[in-house]
Amino acid sequence: MNNLFVFCEIEEGQVADVSLELLTKGRSLANQLGCKLEAVAIGYNLSEIGKQIFPYGVDTLHIVDDKRLEHYLTLPYSKILIELFKKEQPQIALLGATVIGRDLGPRVSSALKSGLTADCTSLEIGDHEDKKAGKVYKNLLYQIRPAFGGNIIATIINPDCRPQMATVREGVMKKEVFNPNHLGEVKTIDVSKLIDDNDFVVEIIERHIEKRKINLQAAPIIVAGGYGVGSKENFQWLYELAEVLGGEVGASRAAVDAGFAEHERQIGQTGTTVRPKLYIACGISGQIQHRAGMDQSSIIISINTDPKAPINSIADYTIIGSVTDIIPKMIKAYKKNTK
Amino acid sequence: MMKGLKIVVLAKQVPDTRNVGKDAMKADGTVNRAALDAIFNPEDLNALEQALTLKDKIPGTTVTILTMGPARAAEIIREGLYRGADNGYLLTDRAFAGSDTLATSYALSKAIEKIGPFDLILAGRQAIDGDTAQVGPQVAEKLNLPQITYAEEILDINGNTIIVKRRLERGVETVRGKMPLVITVTGSARECRPRHAKQTMKYKHAKTVSEIQEASEDYLQLYNSRPYLNIPELNVNDIQADVTQLGLNGSPTKVKNIENVVLQAKESKLIQNDEKEIEALMIELIKNHTIG
Repeated sequence: MNNLFVFCEIEEGQVADVSLELLTKGRSLANQLGCKLEAVAIGYNLSEIGKQIFPYGVDTLHIVDDKRLEHYLTLPYSKILIELFKKEQPQIALLGATVIGRDLGPRVSSALKSGLTADCTSLEIGDHEDKKAGKVYKNLLYQIRPAFGGNIIATIINPDCRPQMATVREGVMKKEVFNPNHLGEVKTIDVSKLIDDNDFVVEIIERHIEKRKINLQAAPIIVAGGYGVGSKENFQWLYELAEVLGGEVGASRAAVDAGFAEHERQIGQTGTTVRPKLYIACGISGQIQHRAGMDQSSIIISINTDPKAPINSIADYTIIGSVTDIIPKMIKAYKKNTK
Repeated sequence: MMKGLKIVVLAKQVPDTRNVGKDAMKADGTVNRAALDAIFNPEDLNALEQALTLKDKIPGTTVTILTMGPARAAEIIREGLYRGADNGYLLTDRAFAGSDTLATSYALSKAIEKIGPFDLILAGRQAIDGDTAQVGPQVAEKLNLPQITYAEEILDINGNTIIVKRRLERGVETVRGKMPLVITVTGSARECRPRHAKQTMKYKHAKTVSEIQEASEDYLQLYNSRPYLNIPELNVNDIQADVTQLGLNGSPTKVKNIENVVLQAKESKLIQNDEKEIEALMIELIKNHTIG
């Protein structure tokens, strides 16, 4: 009882990376709290799903296997989680900050009247003293996230309501196998009595999922552009540099909003979180929302006309000047010194 | 011929978070919205456009704007009227101050019960001040209605069946639902139409009761003779809400701590913008196997 639960998203038989990242974080938080780590998998044909989930140190895996639940649907999925949480009384429940997690999480939290914090960038365990009420709360989940356009970092707590719920974006937490041979207990939930036709009032009539074309998270080198790049045409220089170095092109929200790059390339709190070995920030001022998505990069180079741009203070190297002037020099120098 | 729909659009006035000054935070960790420029939350405008498109297609459809906020949030109701909405309600009470998403959703759901029923409840996917995307689904849950989130376009309505295209991370999904339901609209949806000149003239003087009280005596006659210029206000009593579920007390999440973002100084090397120094940097990166 009062364990830590992670909702696992499954697409085409594969557990989503974000769920495995949450299991990794969940394992370490559960160790700190001295509680168990439990996972929930809902879908169809899940008999082998434990093989993917248990290596992350899961003690109990709840499986709901039903043809009608092959693809995510708000009403049946939320009903299942609400009932499970009512019964198991988790102290913490974590979900991916994905389209699914952000559809499901609020629905479940509303029904349970428990608090939910979206898009956390860090989760920690800590105490809280309510001086007014003269109460001390032990071992709460600190849900840490940038707020208010990223100008502040807020620590959110749910002192009285359970479960303490939080969503986290893909790529924010590290994914690490706990023990490849670890095995936990499987609990199969029979939902035939729980869900009925009314829960399928919204139905999927067509579904078209594309393979991810741009994979920023897997790119070892990212050349990212901001509003300071100036135009879509100037962005071509970034593509050229990325191609020469074997990297991928990313963009800040401002550059995406300005139409310089497509939304899939957005890096930052409201885009993808990346940690490449080299991050070249071109014309990016470096608002906290953007930095939250890239400050774990091993080496950061900032190219900016503004010597005072905030990004420079986290950059290992700063080159002052325009992108269209500097990138050609980099390409030239690289080509000259390789081959 | 289909009968007209009753649509409510949940809209929020948000601080323009791109311009946050030092005085924007209050001591209790909540936001001092008064210190910032206030704008119509962008995705709520996308939702309004979906509603107005339905109004164009289905005669007799009415579009209502519902917003919760301080007195000045009436500005976005007027903005909605200028663009083609039929009426609006301002949900305002001190008891709402400090509400988290759950308490906000409770208040909105009580207001919807009061001014409804509606066939469709539309809202932006999320607001730019919090980026939580929680209020839409939580309102749906409180009203015991189905929800379709991340909607990009309402493709078709026939009787009480509605077909909606959703934008997922890596693709699209078309779903069929039955009204009444809640739909949240994502920013990739069609942009909202601009103000309509005739509507803008018509509603230029639309005001809430509190605003009318502040207006000069000369205008009072105007509001008596043209009732459509009155923007109704709703308070806690009007929506028969339980105050223990509102404001800071009704919010399960609390702000424990707020930190202003301080840049961590890291040893940063300045490279001159000349061929020699840039080449030296590239050689260094090749040598330490960062590139190459």
